[in-house]
Amino acid sequence: MTGSPTDTRTGPVAKTGPAPGRPRRPWWTSHRRDQLAGYLFVAPQLLGSIVFVILPLVLVVWYSLHEWNVLAGTFDYVGGDNYAQLAEDTNLGGVLRATGLFSVGLVVFNLALALLLAVLLNQKLRGTIVFRTLFFSPVVVSLVAWTIVWGFLLQDNGGINGLLDTIGVAGPNWLRGEGTAMLSVVVVQVFKNVGLNMVLFLAALQGVPAELYEAAEVDGARRMRQFWRITVPLISPTILLTSIITVVGSLQVFAQIAVLTQGGPGTSTTVLVYYLYQQAFQFHHFGYGATLSIVLFAIVLALTVLQWQMRKRWVFHES
Amino acid sequence: MRAGKALRGVALALAGALALTACGGGDDAGDGGPAKLRMTVWSANEAHLKLFNEIADEYKKSHPDVESITFDPLPFENYTTTLTTQIAGGNAPDLAWVFENSAPDFVSSGALLPLDETLKKAEGYAYDDLSPATTKLWQGGGKLYAYPFSNSPFGVFVNTDMVKKAGQKTPAELIAAGQWNWENALATAAASAAKSGKAGLVIRDFDYKGWDNLSTFFTGWGAQAWSEDGKSCGFNSPEMVAAMTALHKGIFTDKALPGPGTTADFFAGDAAMTVTQISRASLLKDDGFGWDLVPLPAGPKGNYAVLGQAGIGVMKKSPHADQAADFLAFFTNPANSAKLAQFFPPPRQSLLTAETLGKTNPKLKPEQLQKVVIDGITSGVVKPSHAGQAELSQQVRAGLDPLWQQNADVKAVLDGVCAKIQPLLAK
Repeated sequence: MTGSPTDTRTGPVAKTGPAPGRPRRPWWTSHRRDQLAGYLFVAPQLLGSIVFVILPLVLVVWYSLHEWNVLAGTFDYVGGDNYAQLAEDTNLGGVLRATGLFSVGLVVFNLALALLLAVLLNQKLRGTIVFRTLFFSPVVVSLVAWTIVWGFLLQDNGGINGLLDTIGVAGPNWLRGEGTAMLSVVVVQVFKNVGLNMVLFLAALQGVPAELYEAAEVDGARRMRQFWRITVPLISPTILLTSIITVVGSLQVFAQIAVLTQGGPGTSTTVLVYYLYQQAFQFHHFGYGATLSIVLFAIVLALTVLQWQMRKRWVFHES
Repeated sequence: MRAGKALRGVALALAGALALTACGGGDDAGDGGPAKLRMTVWSANEAHLKLFNEIADEYKKSHPDVESITFDPLPFENYTTTLTTQIAGGNAPDLAWVFENSAPDFVSSGALLPLDETLKKAEGYAYDDLSPATTKLWQGGGKLYAYPFSNSPFGVFVNTDMVKKAGQKTPAELIAAGQWNWENALATAAASAAKSGKAGLVIRDFDYKGWDNLSTFFTGWGAQAWSEDGKSCGFNSPEMVAAMTALHKGIFTDKALPGPGTTADFFAGDAAMTVTQISRASLLKDDGFGWDLVPLPAGPKGNYAVLGQAGIGVMKKSPHADQAADFLAFFTNPANSAKLAQFFPPPRQSLLTAETLGKTNPKLKPEQLQKVVIDGITSGVVKPSHAGQAELSQQVRAGLDPLWQQNADVKAVLDGVCAKIQPLLAK
């Protein structure tokens, strides 16, 4: 196909000798140089992704097919046994329920509060910059330090109950009650990250053209109607983005649970990531822990795809 | 052509990744040079590490085949998790400190090198001097898999200032009157708490999570977490129900113990009494409150003692396992055991005298050492341990959580604990 004496194309033909009258095209062209430069630029990131993301992902699948006894040093292939164990695991239902509860609580509270704050701080009033900074500052605080401080505040004899006591209210034992423990963890996480979503919403709100509100006012639309008919549709891409970030983040919660409740009381705050940590690193069931992480991966993937698909239905304005 | 280029790119990247991962394993395995030994320990205490290093330096002088001995402190809270993660990651230490609650897992797994032969043949080692009560937990199939390095009995530290201010007899006076039992101890704690507004009695490291520390309480009722053979749950036994009923009353009715979610540090002066290991005496400040150390109060079944232990084992897969075992024999020989006794009560019977221990424990009086330390080590029961302890422990913790409510049904909660752990015990 190539290299026949009658072939006049460049490339392999050149091996048989240059065609008369046509100069040999150099291999090291500016195009190739640009390509190499491009590859070199992305190489550090690519290498990092392969070593720290893709390779571990592949290994997790491999581990999930094995029973790995770390102490005995055995690594036995068990096929789908770990996946079959998912169906028999009596704790898994409660764990998924706790995970769902945490995610729903976080998404609802976080997005609602972030949007409310953004709308309030989007007004042209004195001092809004101070409040913006105030609400954003927890985002840059160390997560563990933030959680430890909240742990002290939420103790039975801690700061929150001390405050409630001054107004004559006997506060509950926040981190020890089955109902209040999950609520506490959600609230701690909401206050930690609400500033990030607030800033994203603020940016989106400032992108809504003012003349639309003026036109609506001329037409006699009230503030709430303007909010639902103009603001929400125009910032819907940001609502989608923040909801994806928050849902994915909520499914990965670990440090707050490890510091505040260790999954208790009972198993009421044992979310999936904490459960797989327990199985793998505390109970030494590395194979089953890997299987649980694949379940988590599947859930995150499914939810992200679902949200992305749904954007066509509820994102009204997408540039 | 295009696909081929892409494949070449991926192959190159993978080769790079493999090269990087290969660079990560900086072990000196199999290089034939002098050994570099590493031992994981839980203590980062400067005085402890200084003594360890002194012994290691002395060993290296006579053993040129050992280039270095490093003591690697891991955080106490996650010690076993970190150690097993290191083992899983191919970065196992040569020697490891192992807590009593993971002893059955380590001993039965085959991860540790049997030590009997090395220790017995070591010059001047006096293997028979080791108290059989202390080696029991660390044996499997008649072989010793870890040296019971630290044997620390539980006692009760008392803030005598706080107790006297409440107009109560001190525990020492109660002991003299033959009245040092849990009923009186809890009454004293409740009265002290009511008077001071601080906490009464704190079972240290329990914090409504570390339930194995409650064995310092329920053993007095003759209760056990599980049977001797580890097959049957003991949480719903009549003895355990009686013990937990007394504890529940002490917490929620008499307020003798701080409730869930309340922190109180005895050594900071926040509590009248605390149940903890004698090794915590180092936390007492010289210019602090008046204090005493007494044995655990008697339970309905009489006097008893509970012991916390830690062993040191040699990882069988270490490329320098024999050298590590030889170092362990040196580290724990009679002379070095005597030095280490100031921090870690030894398993050697010859060293378990009030006189010997008194030389290195200036804060404790001879009768305290005799009653709490020596009697505790020779007659005490070790805190609960079982194969698969971490999973069991988690199930017990979750099962006991409903007990820490004002209106808990003690028997029903304890039946629930057994329903959770019996399938694991029966495995």
